[in-house]
Amino acid sequence: MFFLTHIWLIPLLPAFGAATMFFFGRKLQKATVNAICVGVVVLAFLFACSAVWQYTDYAHDKPGKPYQTIVYTWLGTDTGQMNYVMRDGKPAPFQADVGFLLDPLSSIWLLFVTGVGALIHIYSTGYMAHEHGYYRFFGYLNLFMFSMLTLILGNNYALMFVGWEGVGLCSYLLIGFYFHRHSASTAANKAFIVNRIGDAGFLLGMFTIAWYFGSLRFTEVTHLARSGHFAIGDPIITGATLLLFVGACGKSAQIPLYVWLPDAMEGPTPVSALIHAATMVTAGVYMVARSNALFVLAPTSMKTVAIVGTLTAIFAASIGLVQNDIKRVLAYSTVSQLGYMFLALGVGAFSAGVFHVFTHAFFKALLFLGSGSVIHAMSGEQDMRNMGDLHKRIPITHWTMFIATFAIAGIPPFAGFFSKDEILWQAWSSEGGAYRLLWFVGFITALMTAFYMFRLMFLTFHGRPRMTHEVEHHIHESPKSMTVPLVILAVCAVGAGWLGWPHSIGGSDHFAKFLDPVFAREAKVFQEEGKIAQLAAGEREEEHTSPIEYGLMFLSVGAAVTGWGMAWRAYRHADKGYVEPIAAGAPPLYDVLYHKYYVDEGYDYAFTGRRKLGEVRLGVMGLGEAASWFDSHIIDGIVNGTGWATRAFGTLSSWWDKWIIDGVLVNGPAILSRMLSYPVRLLEWGLVQWYALVMVMGLVGFVAYYAWR
Amino acid sequence: MAPIGTLHYLVTAAALFILGVIGVLTRRNVVIILMSIELILNAVNLNLVAFSRLWGLHGQVFAIFVITDAAAEAAVGLGILIAFFRNKETVNVDEVDLLKW
Repeated sequence: MFFLTHIWLIPLLPAFGAATMFFFGRKLQKATVNAICVGVVVLAFLFACSAVWQYTDYAHDKPGKPYQTIVYTWLGTDTGQMNYVMRDGKPAPFQADVGFLLDPLSSIWLLFVTGVGALIHIYSTGYMAHEHGYYRFFGYLNLFMFSMLTLILGNNYALMFVGWEGVGLCSYLLIGFYFHRHSASTAANKAFIVNRIGDAGFLLGMFTIAWYFGSLRFTEVTHLARSGHFAIGDPIITGATLLLFVGACGKSAQIPLYVWLPDAMEGPTPVSALIHAATMVTAGVYMVARSNALFVLAPTSMKTVAIVGTLTAIFAASIGLVQNDIKRVLAYSTVSQLGYMFLALGVGAFSAGVFHVFTHAFFKALLFLGSGSVIHAMSGEQDMRNMGDLHKRIPITHWTMFIATFAIAGIPPFAGFFSKDEILWQAWSSEGGAYRLLWFVGFITALMTAFYMFRLMFLTFHGRPRMTHEVEHHIHESPKSMTVPLVILAVCAVGAGWLGWPHSIGGSDHFAKFLDPVFAREAKVFQEEGKIAQLAAGEREEEHTSPIEYGLMFLSVGAAVTGWGMAWRAYRHADKGYVEPIAAGAPPLYDVLYHKYYVDEGYDYAFTGRRKLGEVRLGVMGLGEAASWFDSHIIDGIVNGTGWATRAFGTLSSWWDKWIIDGVLVNGPAILSRMLSYPVRLLEWGLVQWYALVMVMGLVGFVAYYAWR
Repeated sequence: MAPIGTLHYLVTAAALFILGVIGVLTRRNVVIILMSIELILNAVNLNLVAFSRLWGLHGQVFAIFVITDAAAEAAVGLGILIAFFRNKETVNVDEVDLLKW
């Protein structure tokens, strides 16, 4: 059990690569960089395979038994040093471990992240061969792998958040890899800032969970949530899950926080493939799936997830219909597919959502890598209007991308068919059909998906060549290091779906069976634990016997083929100045779609504060400025006014004291008495001889009076 | 010429008294004023002695007391005068008007 017990080595391998690049990368040869950075990821992949293999052994007796190993306690202690008070007033120790959890859910992510990651690393050695900052690129990629693996393998929300922030950082660094380009650095900022909004939600959700459950460990929280002590619809759990979903919206590019993902295409194409298509953007799905026990307790959150996912799916798909930048089409496609995943999660079909993440990782990585190969061949041109007729020049890219397109469009037996069909079926059937409207939207989205993907293919590989002669002259198939990963991914894009071959067409749906213990519904937990797997499988078999499922299957295949046909008719012969059918049919609609529903402009008005009406800033920033103005003028004015009034009153009071109290009432009598006393004073002027004279006169007077009386 | 009688003494004493009073009231020099006071006292003494011829020796005894008193008064007055001179460097009574109000 070496690999299972040493599972913490998996993230450390790419961390070692990143550290090496950080300290010594500048001095290393490209070959050495390749050996280290690609080597550690391939090693991590092999390690992961072995670990998952050993895990299946470990969980043999009880399917889904999580394997947990705690390396050390990272935050908090068990000595009561970091206790806090829970909602019910009991103290709980705050504790976050550097602990690793392997269960079916993280196994799946572990495998495809390391697998796709390794392929993309290999591809990058070819794609980035002529770029500056080669070691920097690979250092970032390795750092990303480390963060992503931490996110996946962490056994608690806090460690997951570390990985969550780590992938956000790497996403920022890699989008801004060409930092000398203004658009790249602003796109990087945009991604970082928009993600930060989501991260705030994640943090708040995490704290709410800690406060409510007294633990951050997934196993403990899940156990408590399924213990039956919490009512379905518990408002605090609803709040916590909604907050977590805000985080998922940021990372997984859902409405309203999806705006960063299309701009993230400024990064090098392997980055778009690895981070912004296959792995990082599915972190939100992972987090929601990981918290499934909580979400099940919060029907409101589930509905929110389903509705937001569906809206995002059709919204992004409709924008993707008319974009001309090959990578942007794929970016909107990614947003749309992520919407599908959330739709699945929201209707309670967690394993269907995860299944779609799994298949999507392969075919979307393949599409991005293929587009990278196209861009490589086109000397950096990304505008599909300047492409065309490449299918003979770069045949391997052409065929592998076509396979991926079949997969994403949902044409059997390619991978996307199985996962997307499962999602649509679940949307149709779950909750007794309460979500059929969402099914319909998803169905329309499937049609759109097929259309825009085949549009991309026909514009790029078929029709008339529309590039300049110089570019045409340089077209060449990519080197082996790029085509081999394409071929491997193409094989996966065909075969990955077979793991979830549904019962209705004679399969056994291993994928869902593998995952079921993780997503066991509350009701099932009350059953004897050993029976869970059989029960789940039995129920699934029951569900899948409906004849409607065949009908829906035909419908979605029909939608895919219709989209294909429409694109074929419109773009098969596209020459210079070809006409977009939507632009021809409904110009205003085209305009709105082409400008992405003016969402970025709307955000400029509403949030970023770039728009001004005269001197007044609009939106939230304007509100902030207004509040600031209110604060500095009204509130501070009141404060200053109070101060001024007090001072004025003080001055007045002082004047009153000085002149009225002191002057009139105190000095007044004194002055009066002094004035009145003045005549008396005149009699006492201090000359002794005059006193004597007066005495003499008085004496004489007396004598005279008595003498002559 | 009638013999010198009591009336002569009284007139002489009255003249002396008036001279003294006028001296006290008019002179500015404190020494002169003190001397004028001596005149007044001696005018009284003359009256006492003159009346003692008519009513016995009491008047003469009283005159001796007055002489003693005059000596004491002169001593005190001159002492004050010297102290005063040290402060004000003058012996003029009209420059001594501090005793008002």
